[in-house]
Amino acid sequence: MATIELRQVEKKFGALHAVKPLDLTIKNGEFVVLLGPSGCGKTTTLRMISGLEAVSGGHIYLDGRDVTWLHPSERDIAFVFQFFALYPHMTVQDNIRFPLQAQGVAAAEAEKRVAEMVKMLRIEHLLKLRPGSLSGGDRQRVALARALVRRPAAFLMDEPLGALDADLRESMRAEIKRLHIANEATSVYVTHDQIEAMALGDRIVVMSAAEVQQVGTPAEVYHKPANLFVARFIGSPGMNLIKGRYADGVVHLPGEIRYQVPDSWRGTLAESLKDGEVILGFRPEAGLLSDNGTLTGRVYATDMQGAFTMLHLALGDETTLVDVRAERWVDYPLDALVRFDIDPESVRFFDPRTEKALRRGKAQ
Amino acid sequence: MARFEESGPRSPVVESIRVDLVHPRAQAGLAIRSVIGIVIVLIMLFPVIWVAMTVFKTRPDTVAVPPKFIPYVEDGLLSDFCMEPQLNKDGSVKLDKDGQPVLKEKSICFDVVLEGAVGLFFERRTLTAAQQKKYADDPNLGWADRILLKRGTLITGPSEFVQRFRNSLIIAGTSTVLSVAFGLLAAYAFSRWDISGKPDLLFFILSTRMLPPVVVTIPLFLMYRQLGVYDTHIGMILLYTVFNLSFSVWLLKGFIDEIPREYEEAALVDGYSRLQAFRKVVLPQAVTGIAATTVFCLIFAWNEYAFSLMLTSDVARTAPPSIATTQGAGGLEYAIIAMASMLFLIPVVVVTFALRQHLLRGVTFGAIRQ
Repeated sequence: MATIELRQVEKKFGALHAVKPLDLTIKNGEFVVLLGPSGCGKTTTLRMISGLEAVSGGHIYLDGRDVTWLHPSERDIAFVFQFFALYPHMTVQDNIRFPLQAQGVAAAEAEKRVAEMVKMLRIEHLLKLRPGSLSGGDRQRVALARALVRRPAAFLMDEPLGALDADLRESMRAEIKRLHIANEATSVYVTHDQIEAMALGDRIVVMSAAEVQQVGTPAEVYHKPANLFVARFIGSPGMNLIKGRYADGVVHLPGEIRYQVPDSWRGTLAESLKDGEVILGFRPEAGLLSDNGTLTGRVYATDMQGAFTMLHLALGDETTLVDVRAERWVDYPLDALVRFDIDPESVRFFDPRTEKALRRGKAQ
Repeated sequence: MARFEESGPRSPVVESIRVDLVHPRAQAGLAIRSVIGIVIVLIMLFPVIWVAMTVFKTRPDTVAVPPKFIPYVEDGLLSDFCMEPQLNKDGSVKLDKDGQPVLKEKSICFDVVLEGAVGLFFERRTLTAAQQKKYADDPNLGWADRILLKRGTLITGPSEFVQRFRNSLIIAGTSTVLSVAFGLLAAYAFSRWDISGKPDLLFFILSTRMLPPVVVTIPLFLMYRQLGVYDTHIGMILLYTVFNLSFSVWLLKGFIDEIPREYEEAALVDGYSRLQAFRKVVLPQAVTGIAATTVFCLIFAWNEYAFSLMLTSDVARTAPPSIATTQGAGGLEYAIIAMASMLFLIPVVVVTFALRQHLLRGVTFGAIRQ
């Protein structure tokens, strides 16, 4: 197991940055998720760690050893591909044994380790089959077994669940988490699915437009997004973001709504906002319905989601919509007037010019 | 507007099929098309069958009018059919001494003889009737000698055809292996690496195929004579290899493009070098493409006529020009030419048949990806 360090690692295609200079330290045994929309550079970053993509600048260290220009086969890392990349001309057994043969592991020892792996992943009955005849979930288990059997220093996964059905994805997610805990393998996992990222990651690296937007635990990324992108991207739906104007402890929102800023935020807002323009953010579950709430909205649509009801409210005109989570029995007719408050602990503010989140105390 | 007046198939549908395909009218259409298909196949096969029959005909029978197309072997399958009673001038059946009708062969039947099949392999000399009689009593004659002796010829040695057939095997076989091997390496490089000027290079490679052979044979002849490779195996192997290379590069590139890079990348991170990954992962998956390319290259090199005619004379001459010149030796020996043609078909048929599974997969390869 190993520590992975990226120092100013970047990737350019021509003049275009696929990954802007990036610093990241992945601790021994940590599970780090690279999360972002497609084309954000997360897969490129992973491929640079594996050596399948050459860096344009910077250095990569594995346990302090500079591996930046080492051949992929010399890095002692394992890679799980989105489409599994199981060798179709070999049986499951040969597939899993393949990396061991490269290392020159003795046949008896290899046999033992393959047996160990297939037992752990419960695929003993598939050994003699070819990948073509396996289900998606089993293919992924075989791919995981092939990656783990070598006991690599680090374990890289590129959207390994992307090709699976929704319900299978959930159970495989749990399996990957257990495997990670059992093997204490340093893991880097790429996904565009924020639910997967939240569920699996010890830390999440949110990327967009070739840049790291935020690095933090799932809770940090969810509750304290560093900027508008993270606020929008994390959560489903994302954070409600409403443009407003701050003056004298009040944010004026569309529809003549006045939002009383909690005391703890007033100093920060007054100091960091030059012209009073501000974006107010809150999660759907931070919107609290109450008959004497200070904010009002009209019901634009309601979604029954099983455990709860999602209310889509229009503030003022229909151009500003917010999502508020309500108890599941709540059922308003369309256009009904709804009053609500925002949990003062969960409200967030963003500077519309820098798009960055304002931090309490920082500006004081 | 209803396309079908009837109300559905005659028996329950127990397979996955589109509605319009199980309709009685569609099925009738299918039957008609099948019949047409079979007729076309028979028409296409007819020349081959005719040549195969010619192999076993005597020299007069090969050119007989009306043509003879029923093989007659004594006490064979069709022997009863081929015999008819001989008639006297007045139309009555001619009888022999025992009162049995005298039989004669129908004019559409031919006697099956092996003289053409055997004659191909030997140089022969014509004998006088007296010599023929003398040799007939010679106990040292083998079975081949006896067959040809019946025709009044004596074997004087092996014919050139044996050597030329061997030349064809060596030249076509070696050049096919070489062009597929080099083509595979080039195709892999073109498929996987960002080679500068790739489209131009690929077009250049293809363009070598655009000149008709006739145009380049004269310059090639002059070059070959200067280089001392005229009428040598090396020269012909080199020529066919280069000529096939354009084809094999293009064809194999298509197949290798279809193999996802992830397989190699998986092998690389699993601890293998590029070359090992190529050998253990890419090669087994390219088998289909290799098989298809092999067959096509072999067919070209095997059938090639013009280059061989101009660039070889004796030592390295291949079978196609020699088959054509067989007819020159003392009148038209159609049976011998037919035998040479049939023999000539065999290697390509065998190889194609051996690789047929890969060929079928090769045709549909890449059409569906999971």
